[in-house]
Amino acid sequence: MKKAKVAIIGPGNIGTDLLYKIKRNPYLELVMVVGIKESQGTEIARQEGIDVTTNGIEDLLKRDDVDIVFDSTGAGPHLKHAPLLKEKGIFALDLTPAAVGPYVVPAVNLDDELLTQENLNMVTCGGQATVPIAAAINAVADVSYAEVISSVSSKSAGPGTRQNIDEFTETTKHALEKVAGADKAKVIIVLNPAEPPIYMRNTIYTKVKNPDIDLITKSVEAMVEKLKKYVPGYTLLMAPIIKDDIVTTMIQVEGLGDFLPVYAGNLDIINAAAIEVAEHYAIKKLGVK
Amino acid sequence: MRKVMLTDTTLRDGSHSVSHQYTLEDMKAIAMALDNAGVDLIEIGHGDGLNGQSLNYGFAAHTDLEYVKAVAGVLKNAKLTVLLVPGIGLIEDLEAVREAGVKAVRVATHVTEADVAEQHIKAAKKMGLFTVGFLMMSHMASKEIILQEAQKMESYGADVVYVTDSAGAMLPDEVFEKVAYLKAHLKVPVGHHSHNNLGLAVANSVKAYEAGADYLDGSLIGLGAGAGNCPTEALVAVLERLDIPKNVDLYSIIDAGDKVLIPILEAHQKPLPRMNSDSLIIGYAGVYSSFMLHARNAASRFNVDARDVLIELGKKKAVGGQEDWIIEVAHQLANK
Repeated sequence: MKKAKVAIIGPGNIGTDLLYKIKRNPYLELVMVVGIKESQGTEIARQEGIDVTTNGIEDLLKRDDVDIVFDSTGAGPHLKHAPLLKEKGIFALDLTPAAVGPYVVPAVNLDDELLTQENLNMVTCGGQATVPIAAAINAVADVSYAEVISSVSSKSAGPGTRQNIDEFTETTKHALEKVAGADKAKVIIVLNPAEPPIYMRNTIYTKVKNPDIDLITKSVEAMVEKLKKYVPGYTLLMAPIIKDDIVTTMIQVEGLGDFLPVYAGNLDIINAAAIEVAEHYAIKKLGVK
Repeated sequence: MRKVMLTDTTLRDGSHSVSHQYTLEDMKAIAMALDNAGVDLIEIGHGDGLNGQSLNYGFAAHTDLEYVKAVAGVLKNAKLTVLLVPGIGLIEDLEAVREAGVKAVRVATHVTEADVAEQHIKAAKKMGLFTVGFLMMSHMASKEIILQEAQKMESYGADVVYVTDSAGAMLPDEVFEKVAYLKAHLKVPVGHHSHNNLGLAVANSVKAYEAGADYLDGSLIGLGAGAGNCPTEALVAVLERLDIPKNVDLYSIIDAGDKVLIPILEAHQKPLPRMNSDSLIIGYAGVYSSFMLHARNAASRFNVDARDVLIELGKKKAVGGQEDWIIEVAHQLANK
């Protein structure tokens, strides 16, 4: 089969970065970009020869060839889009806090069962970066409490993050509990305006029931390798260290610099994860080779 | 002469000095003494504000909701106040303490990031709370940037905006310049919160008043992060000498420190606040004052000098809330 046909709704920072990542992907073909107004994102899409509409989702629904949609609008719009996409039989990847469908963190829970869903939520950038570490530790040490401190550069935090900071921390916390398996979790986000901008970095504290640091380190290192396959700039800044039953691990995400500069690893990782899911869907469900 | 309103933060910023271990009885006794002395706003809770309970900042003996429930009933005049740092505390946390009797909130962001507080300031106003915008680490931005961020907070509905010297790094002329600039351009009153890391807290507070500040902060015997805050007793004494009107009575506030707070600190076996090599370096390097005790812990864990850790954090331009960076820096220094 030919490539899977995909569309992007919401060509802001996330959507425009997705455009570049899809362009490079051997399994996905971008056929439409949907906005509600002219913007830098729609301009770039036109230059790339992509069909662009600024009439919202209506024009997308008129087409019959779209297999997968990336929705990077906002929680409100996605709640409206989700039933329409479902009715049309289009697989939706939700990059908003709407969380209509279950959370997916590719390195942790992407399987054939999850791909039978028609809508999957990409959690948050912080969730994509930290849930895998908490899950890797939970697998060998049983995590009773996970706490994440996520630092991102001010320049990479757009209005979407700034106006929804409570949703960011709550969604990430839920994913640490539901996807990583921590009994309880807490998330804190800090914006740092330093110049040059800092890379996205996260500290993951876990309180564990089985404090075997060698086992934990091996599990975390294996997870980092798994992540590097779809997020090449994902690195272990500080391998797990332990004091009593508290394990501290730090990771850093350098982006690929597709649309925003490399410091915006937060945008890069959520998009890389969405592409990873779309690619699996294309291969497994659509038979793209 | 213009009257000045005083916020005492012995029970919030001062919580850092007791590693957030105040008992409910401690809080009640100190809050009553502050109220009795005429303090206008009494800020209480975890040093890092609502939902600050964490491995990163430390777990308090009680949740903020428990503290609020204990203190709300004993205050007669003062506004019971909490701190909310967006990214740490949530609107739902604020709603819970408001129901328990909180009357005012200070919504704090890093000095360049006021827009993360839009949701919270608007929600606080909707709840009917007296709402203060708190621009932390004001030594890191120019007066023009501070004004731009202060105007955002004002536009969201803040009743007062503060130039907050979280690092105790600002010099008197700088305080004057920044406060005066805000005073000249904002419609709402301006406040100043100081730390005594360079021994300038009282002098800076007076400078802030001269520049037009209507709200000043202190804490009993200067309890607080780093070398502590501006000692409320000394501030009141100086205001009295300058004939600046205020609601706080000098003898009563001295008694609150001497007769109520000091015995509690002795019971907790906690040292009285004072300048020391680490707090001095915090003021010198412009680092968040709350980093001090965490830097000491990390220094002893990794066997490095806390001063080196703090200087390095200053170079990295760490901001408030990034206590996790302390571990990384200490770990790196140890493995050099």
